[in-house]
Amino acid sequence: MSHRILIVDDEPNIVISLEYLMKKEGFQVAVATDGETALQLAAEFVPDLVLLDVMMPKKSGFEVCQALRAVPALVATKIIMLTAKGRETEVTKGLALGADVYITKPFSTKDLVLQIKSLLA
Amino acid sequence: MLQSWVIVLASFLYLGILFAIAWYADRRADTGRSLIANPMVYALSLGVYCTTWTFYGSVGRAAASGIGFLPIYLGPTLLFALAGFILHKMIRVAKANRITSIADFVASRYGKSQLLGGLVTVIAVVGVIPYIALQLKAVSNSFAILASYPEIVMPATAGAVPLIQDSALYVAMILAAFTILFGTRHLDATERHEGMVAAIAVESVVKLVAFLAVGVFVVWGMHDGVGDIFAQAAAIPEVARRLTTADSPAAYGTWGTLIFLSLFASLLLPRQFQIAVVENVDESHLRRAVWLFPFYLFLINLFVLPVALAGMLHFQGAGVDADTFVLTLPMAHQQEGLALFVYIGGLSAATGMVIVETIALSTMVCNDLVMPALLRLPMLGLATRADLSGLLLEIRRWAIAVILGLGYLYFRVAGEAYALVSIGLISFAAVAQFAPVVIGGLFWKGGTRDGALAGLAAGFVLWAYTLLLPSFAKSGWLPDGFIAHGLFGIELLRPQHLFGLTGLDEITHCLVWSLLVNLGAYIGVSLQRVPNLREARQATLFVGGAEAAGIPGWRGSAGVADLLPLAGRFLGLERAQEAFARHARQRGLKAIEELPADTRLVNFAETLLAGAIGSASARAMVASVVTEEPLGIDEVMNILDEASQVRAYTRELEQKSLELTRATAELREANARLQQLDRMKDDFISTVTHELRTPLTSIRAFSEMLQEDPKIDLPQRVRFLGIIVSEAVRLSRLINQILDLAKLESGRAEWTVAAVDVAEVIREAAESLTVLFAEKHVILELDGREAGLIVLADRDRLMQVMVNLLSNALKFVPAESGRVKVGVGGTTHEVRVSVTDNGPGIQAEDQDMIFDKFRQGAGTSDVLTDKPQGTGLGLPISRQIIEYFNGRLWVESTLGAGACFVFALPRQAGDNDASKSTGGVP
Repeated sequence: MSHRILIVDDEPNIVISLEYLMKKEGFQVAVATDGETALQLAAEFVPDLVLLDVMMPKKSGFEVCQALRAVPALVATKIIMLTAKGRETEVTKGLALGADVYITKPFSTKDLVLQIKSLLA
Repeated sequence: MLQSWVIVLASFLYLGILFAIAWYADRRADTGRSLIANPMVYALSLGVYCTTWTFYGSVGRAAASGIGFLPIYLGPTLLFALAGFILHKMIRVAKANRITSIADFVASRYGKSQLLGGLVTVIAVVGVIPYIALQLKAVSNSFAILASYPEIVMPATAGAVPLIQDSALYVAMILAAFTILFGTRHLDATERHEGMVAAIAVESVVKLVAFLAVGVFVVWGMHDGVGDIFAQAAAIPEVARRLTTADSPAAYGTWGTLIFLSLFASLLLPRQFQIAVVENVDESHLRRAVWLFPFYLFLINLFVLPVALAGMLHFQGAGVDADTFVLTLPMAHQQEGLALFVYIGGLSAATGMVIVETIALSTMVCNDLVMPALLRLPMLGLATRADLSGLLLEIRRWAIAVILGLGYLYFRVAGEAYALVSIGLISFAAVAQFAPVVIGGLFWKGGTRDGALAGLAAGFVLWAYTLLLPSFAKSGWLPDGFIAHGLFGIELLRPQHLFGLTGLDEITHCLVWSLLVNLGAYIGVSLQRVPNLREARQATLFVGGAEAAGIPGWRGSAGVADLLPLAGRFLGLERAQEAFARHARQRGLKAIEELPADTRLVNFAETLLAGAIGSASARAMVASVVTEEPLGIDEVMNILDEASQVRAYTRELEQKSLELTRATAELREANARLQQLDRMKDDFISTVTHELRTPLTSIRAFSEMLQEDPKIDLPQRVRFLGIIVSEAVRLSRLINQILDLAKLESGRAEWTVAAVDVAEVIREAAESLTVLFAEKHVILELDGREAGLIVLADRDRLMQVMVNLLSNALKFVPAESGRVKVGVGGTTHEVRVSVTDNGPGIQAEDQDMIFDKFRQGAGTSDVLTDKPQGTGLGLPISRQIIEYFNGRLWVESTLGAGACFVFALPRQAGDNDASKSTGGVP
């Protein structure tokens, strides 16, 4: 049984790379390019892990994170925040809102995969 | 025996003796053993009030109006006897402020105004010159009468004698020389002339003794006592009338006027002020003078009426001028020696007056008129000259000569029109104009410089119009029509019946009008504004004294032994003892006896007494036991000076702290601005970082993936590499634009400014984008008709703007159906270019925002969200460029109906058709 990964990012090229990486690791992948879609998708797809960008249209990654944490069905879902905003305050904010890991872009693909695997283990 | 040379010799001998006395007194003063530090000398020197007007004129006036001569002496008597406190205050104030003259006094009181000092000087000079003329006339007449002995011949009328033979001219010259010798030998720092005062005191004695000698001779030599004269006089009706007082109500009014007038004159005449105030060596001398001087006046008037009556009896119908009785009566009885003595007495009266008056006037002319004027003439360089004393003496000498010259001129022109007494009264009325500003200045703090100027000027003008000009007219110097019919024939303006005021003699009439207007203007104008700082300060010094300044008035000390019984007298001994014991306890002492004899104790006693008998009485009572004088004005002034310095310092501090507060506020504001800028910079950097990281993320991810898995199939690999290349391009474009914008914003961008044809730029920009438009199948319409519109700009930069606007439009229009249209147009002032698309449009609230950095329009107001292609820096850069050339860049759009970007640049004069206005621009 493969884990389900929800990728949320508005940069098409980044989505492409993440999707490729996750599928290569054998995960089931869903993609959302804005916050609202992400929330709908999460409810249907019930992912084990969400890769969440912060700067997105309609709903920011912080809002999505907070909303996801409010859903009882998604209590076990891990959240990795992926963002180009690397300031200390934003890292703290993301973790405070319920993210499990906060990774700044650009990231190492190898590290990201290891991080995901350890979270899902 | 009384040949002219004898008289001349006697005159010079007398003047020589006077000079010797003066010289001696000056010597004594220099060695510190003042000859005049004596209340007797002070009182006698005040006798300078009695001039030839008294010496000869009193008898003349008595012959004309009986005891009508008296008010002239009652005024000063009243002043000294009843209003000595005014004089006392004047002396104290004058000493404290080192006042040199009446002009100085007035000027100093109203904020040290030079203008005011000058005005007082002018009034004094104009007013007193007739008086000086009078002295010249008296001396020259008495000389002429005496020289014709044994005949008794009235002298020729003034002006009838040729100038060269006019003894008055020589009298004037001799007096001028003598005054110069007396008054301007050296410059006295205190403006005091001890030698002169000594000589004046001697002169007072000489004229008094001379007059008394005549009186004794007339009463007991010619008649058998006063009773005899009066009895004889009563027998002749014409003479007997002089034995009654005034014969009409108006005459009583005149009495009042004269008392009033002479009261002020004895205070305000320049020579009186000089002797009584300036030359006073010790305030305490006044205490003796208040009865000695009236006594002197009493003595010198003692024989006036008997002499007048005797003269009238003796010279009945002989045509002898009553003004000369004093001289002619001894002559008629062959008393040569007495006649000569009388002549010397008259000379004495004249020289005394002329010397003091001209010295006082010359001081005023010099200090308040000439020096202020000279110091203002920069070419003379006086302001920087160290020693001006020689110049001052020179000016005073010339002033003396000129004043006496003017006196002589007045004598020649107007001297015969009036009896002696009337001339004197004209002067009195002139100086009476000083009364409101001087007396008011001593007792009312509200007087201002403007008020004083207005009062003095108004009073002076009325005086001149109602008294001086008529005196000129009566002496034939002016046409006298205006006296009878008024100025310009207006009856109301008749100078001696102004506004229909009749029934008064001319002096009273003048006084009523001039003082009324004077006082009214002084008070009225003063009330127009609050005294300024300087005036208020002087007012405090003049009016207030120590008490008003709130300075404890006691320096002296008195012990419990004195103060306790004193308090006991008013409070009862028991209560006083209780109070003193309480005071002792407050000061931590056990018994009343331990209280030290100090200022605090005195102040306590005074306060204690004040509660019972009022502060003024308390002060007086305490003064009776306190050993030392109250605080001198000098010290008060020092304290005031310090106080005002402290005030000034405090003000300075306040100002400084105000400045500091202001500076702090500015700094705080600047700091806030800096912080805001710092935040903006932080945000900018954070945004830039984000923008740079995004393409970097893709590049790194794909590169790593390709590196790790070399077996990725070819199409995948090509796709990934394509992404890497395009993200790298995006990254470098972003970096370029950031650098470009930084250059623009910091002003370091290089510009090549030239005349640019807008249409050409548009065409070139469109050509460079033809391929892109074609790829997306978007139609680009060019409005090519408007060639030749010239603007001043950098051609490449303008191209950059154009390309940016066109690619923006291309970015947002839909593929296939997109349309972009470029319009060009111009008014006389500017050229407008518009780029219109049929894209989604921009909502109103975003239309400003899109010109901010990293903000891109996407139909929502979210930042950096729905990613259109591009950096979000194109529009900010474009706007910077357009604004650099004084143009504007803006957008017009409705959501859903496309957008229209427009820029306008100032049109360059000299293009092909500047006046043509065309359409094509929204």
